[in-house]
Amino acid sequence: MASSIPASAPADAVLAPAARAPARRRRRFPALVVAGVGFVGLLLLVAAAAPLLAPQDPIRQSLRGRLAAPTWQGADGRAHLLGTDHLGRDVLSRVIYGSRVSLVIGFSAVLVGGILGSAAGLAAGFSSGRVDAAIMTVADAQLAFPFILLAIGIIAVLGPSFPTLVVVIGLSGWVSYARILRSQVLVLRSREFVESIHALGGSLARVVLRHVLPNVLSSIVVIATLELARAIVLEATLSFLGLGIQPPTPSWGGMVQEGREYLDSAWWISTFPGIVLMITSIVVSRTGDWLRDVLDPTLRGE
Amino acid sequence: MRGFVPFLGHRLFRALIALWLVSTVVFVVMRLSGDPVPLLLPPDAPHSEIMRVRRDLGLDKPLPVQYVIFLSNLARGDFGRSIHFREPAFDVVRGYLAATLELGLTAFFLAALIAVPIGLFSAMRRNTLVDHAAMGLALIGQSAPTFFLGILFILLLSLKADLFPTSGRGDWRNLVLPALTLGAFTMASIARLTRSAVLEVLGADYIRTARAKGVSEMWVVAKHTLKNAAIPIVTITGLQFGTLLGGAVVTETVFSWPGIGRLAVQSIYNRDYAVVQCTVFLAALMFVVINFFVDLIYGVLDPRIRAG
Repeated sequence: MASSIPASAPADAVLAPAARAPARRRRRFPALVVAGVGFVGLLLLVAAAAPLLAPQDPIRQSLRGRLAAPTWQGADGRAHLLGTDHLGRDVLSRVIYGSRVSLVIGFSAVLVGGILGSAAGLAAGFSSGRVDAAIMTVADAQLAFPFILLAIGIIAVLGPSFPTLVVVIGLSGWVSYARILRSQVLVLRSREFVESIHALGGSLARVVLRHVLPNVLSSIVVIATLELARAIVLEATLSFLGLGIQPPTPSWGGMVQEGREYLDSAWWISTFPGIVLMITSIVVSRTGDWLRDVLDPTLRGE
Repeated sequence: MRGFVPFLGHRLFRALIALWLVSTVVFVVMRLSGDPVPLLLPPDAPHSEIMRVRRDLGLDKPLPVQYVIFLSNLARGDFGRSIHFREPAFDVVRGYLAATLELGLTAFFLAALIAVPIGLFSAMRRNTLVDHAAMGLALIGQSAPTFFLGILFILLLSLKADLFPTSGRGDWRNLVLPALTLGAFTMASIARLTRSAVLEVLGADYIRTARAKGVSEMWVVAKHTLKNAAIPIVTITGLQFGTLLGGAVVTETVFSWPGIGRLAVQSIYNRDYAVVQCTVFLAALMFVVINFFVDLIYGVLDPRIRAG
C-alpha cells in the first residue's frame, strides 16, 4: 500500500542502472568496495590521529600570517601547504581536525536514525493494522516536507549543540530504514520457519532477534552506508548556514562559509575543505551503491 | 476507468493527512522556540505593553486553543500576520514566491532539457567514452553538496571567468548559476534514470521486432523507447521537484536570491512564526499537488498502475 505511492518511493529504486552485464559486475565490485571502505577507514584514522598529523594547532591565530596562499614558507616562517585563513590559521590543520566533526556527527546520526528507523520498521511490519498505518503515514509526511527547513527550525530553537545536531540529522534519515525493514519483515513473517517458531511457542522477541534481524542485517548495513554520506553532507550544510558545531572548532561546512567572503582574494580557504567534503560524500555514497549490489541486490528493486 | 476515482480519492486522503501532520509539526516547533514578543518591542518596554502585544497575537491563550485557532485559520487560507513585516504572512510570502518559482522552474526545465538527451545518448552509445564521462559527471552531481557546488560556480565562472554575477536577482545572467546549482542533483538523477530506463526498453522483445521489421532507428527511439521509458522518468521528475524546493533554501542563501527559501531561514531567525508556517505549508502543498498530478499522468501512461 504505502510503497505504491510515488511520493515516497525511495529515489534510488528507479535510479539503479538496470541493464549491465551481471557477471562483470560481480567480479568488479569487491575491489571497489574494499577501496571505498578503505577510504572511510583512512578518514577515521586521520580523525583519530589528528593531533599527530596536523602540522599546527587548528585554532591558533597568527596576525602576521593571515590569508597566506599555499606555501612552503609563510610570513610567520611556517609551511602552510593549503594556505591560511583570515585569522592566520593553518587550513591543512583545520581540514584534518574538521574530519572529526564530520565523522563523529555522521556516525552518531546514522546510529540514532538506524536504531529508530529499524525499530519503527520492525514494529510496522509485525503489527500491521493501525500501528503500521500510523508509522507509514508519518514517514510519508516527513518525505513530503523539505526537511532542511525543519532542521533549521529545531536547531534555531534548541541551539546548535552536539546532541541536538545528532538527533536532528538522525531523525532526518529514519524513514529509509523503516520502509525497507517493514517490507522485508512482511515477506519474512509469512515464511514457514517464522511461523513454525510461533507454533512451537517461541516469543516474538526471539523471532525478531534470532531470525529476522540476521536476515535483514545486510540491508541495514547498505542503508547505513548511504545514510552516512547523507548525514555528513547535511551536517556540513547546517554548519555552512551557521547552525552546526560552533567556531572556533573547525568543521568543513563552517570553513567553506568562513572563506566565502574571501573567495576572490583567498580561494583556498573555502575550496580545500569543500573538495575534501565532496570526495568523502562521493566515495561513501558510491561504496553504499556497490555494497548494495554485492550484499543485497534485491534492494535495488525495493 | 473502473477504479480510477477510488484510486484518486485514496491519494487525496493521504495527501491531506500529510499536510495536516506537516502543519502540526510546524506549529509545535515554532511554539517551542520561545516568546517572540521581546524581539518586537524595545528592551525597556513596560510589562503592560508586553502583555498587550501578547494578547493581540493570541499568545496568551492555552496552547490547545492556539492550535485549534491555527488549524481553522489554515483551512480558511489565513496564515496570520507577520510580526516582522507587519502585514498578512501570505502577502509577504507571495512577494517572494515569484523569485523562487522563477529559479525552481528554470532549474527544473534546464535539468530536464539537458539530462534527457544526455541519458538517451548515453544509452545508445553505451560503454563508450562519452557514456562513461557523462555518467561519471552524473554521479558527482548526485553526491556533491549543493552549497559547495554553488561556491565552486561562483569561484570559477563568476570571479575567475567573469561570465556571470555572483549574487542577486536581475536579468537572465543572474539566473544561470543558481539554476545550475539547484538543478545539478536533479539533472544528474534524470540523466542516470533516462539512461537505465532506455537501456531496459532497448532490450525488450518489441524493440527487436520493430527493428526486424525495418523500422528506422530514429523512429524506434522516438516512438517506442521514449514512450515506454516515460513512466519512470515522470515519477522521478515529480519527486525531484520536491527535492528542488528543499534545495532552494541552500541555493537561495548562497546566491542571496530573494525567494521563499531565504525568507524562511531569515524568518526562523526573526522568530516570525506566521511567515515560517506559511512558507513551509506552501512548500508542502506544492509538493503534494505536484505528486498528485504525477499520479494522474501515471494513470494515463500506464493503466495497470491504477489497480495498485
